[in-house]
Amino acid sequence: MACYLTTGKHMSIYTSVLTVLLLLGITAPIALAFGFGGATAARSQITPLRWFGKTYIALVRGVPDIAFFLFFVIALDQAVEYLRHKVLCPGWEAPIRQGNDFVVCQAAKMPLGNAPQWVHESYGFGLAVLTFAIVFGAFAANVLFGAMRAVPRAQLETAEAYGMSQRQTFWRVLVPQMWVYALPGLSNLWMVLIKATPLLFLLGVEDIVYWARELGGTKTPRFTDYPHGDWRMWYFLALLVFYLLFTRVSEIVMARIMSRLTHGQATAGGEAQRKAAA
Amino acid sequence: MKNLILTTAVLALSAGMVMADGHGKTIRLGTEGAYPPYNFLNDAGEVAGFERDLGDELCKRAELTCEWVTNEWDSIIPNLVSGNYDVIIAGMSITDERDEVIDFTQNYTLPDPSAYIATSEDADLKGGVLAAQTNTIQAAFIAESGATLVEFATPEETIAAVKNGEADAVLADKAFLTPIAESDADLIMLEQEELLGGGIGLGLRESDGELKEKFNAAIATMKEDGSLNELLTKWEISGQF
Repeated sequence: MACYLTTGKHMSIYTSVLTVLLLLGITAPIALAFGFGGATAARSQITPLRWFGKTYIALVRGVPDIAFFLFFVIALDQAVEYLRHKVLCPGWEAPIRQGNDFVVCQAAKMPLGNAPQWVHESYGFGLAVLTFAIVFGAFAANVLFGAMRAVPRAQLETAEAYGMSQRQTFWRVLVPQMWVYALPGLSNLWMVLIKATPLLFLLGVEDIVYWARELGGTKTPRFTDYPHGDWRMWYFLALLVFYLLFTRVSEIVMARIMSRLTHGQATAGGEAQRKAAA
Repeated sequence: MKNLILTTAVLALSAGMVMADGHGKTIRLGTEGAYPPYNFLNDAGEVAGFERDLGDELCKRAELTCEWVTNEWDSIIPNLVSGNYDVIIAGMSITDERDEVIDFTQNYTLPDPSAYIATSEDADLKGGVLAAQTNTIQAAFIAESGATLVEFATPEETIAAVKNGEADAVLADKAFLTPIAESDADLIMLEQEELLGGGIGLGLRESDGELKEKFNAAIATMKEDGSLNELLTKWEISGQF
């Protein structure tokens, strides 16, 4: 049993758990930054910037995740290679699009064709982070946009009455107060993001669900030292436990953050905290 | 014979010159890793099977540095075409439809008869529900016949569909089904077989002519000295060259 659970294949599923956690850890702050940028742009005074923000939110939220993952990543990858091709191989005569094929010179390949496998994997991982950040950034932008509007108008008017500039009002009054309105929406997004990681496989990154399916599949004695029937149910059960635990931990952390943010706020929650203390 | 070696040598030489751009390039071999005995992941999580042995030998003969990559069957052609790897070596039968999108080398297996696996002898192959993997010659065959086709993304799921009664039978390559039927008492291989496809070949981008010639030459030498037949016997795949 111990031998079975420490085969190279099982080691891969353990590493993929780390991959998924790492992806979440990197993606969440970047997506939040994208969201903040998008929300700020969408409520900007400058018309083109506002259009940009609103288009970003509407467009990305409207496209199905799977379509976005398949199309955008390939397009992005090819765009990068196209630019590198133009810069690095000026003497190249052959067309880049040959029928179905996308052909660039060797030096323009991303990553280079002779790069070791881990470089390919990190590149795929990087693409995954960026794509996740763009998709979830759009949702976060919408949440933050709504949260910014939920801050009581009187707060902003008071700030202006004190002679604060637009910028000061934004950073000192609006932003600190909006988080409490944004958090329920953001925590929802976080939960969805946790569960969206199997989309990684579309990008060639092998995640836990892939390995669970591969390990749980029927193994005939000829091809393995550990033949077994269809064990996918047990592996998926383990996944279920993992995801539920993860969700539970997230919920506890979110509740803590929420009670911190509520402190001193002009909301029902803040009022309740004040009364409990008094 | 002499002539063949000469042409091979000439081809290899000229290919070497044209490939100046790709000098020192690593050839990435893309496979599915879920279709024993052709390709699967062994206990260590590495690609193994008939095609692993074959691919390594071909790369040695063609003097290429090769590397193995796994990719889902569904997107295996799009990812080749967009350049994520250079060769498909995944038990892919040569068909006219695929040949329009990618190029194939000469075949390295003879057409392997496709067989049915079911839970009972009297499964209805004419009008029943038959399972096959998406985008395979078997799926295309069932779609043409009168039976109802249910498609699955992985070979594993097609077998599971028969075991839980969702489908009456699975149609797949015989070499894949044989070890499954042997190790599972509930499943039996049916008498009826279908001859589909034109054998398995390596899939390459249509623009990769030089690479294709290199592999063609290497396959030819393996057919010539009988080492390909040895591999076929070792992995119990029917048909000898």
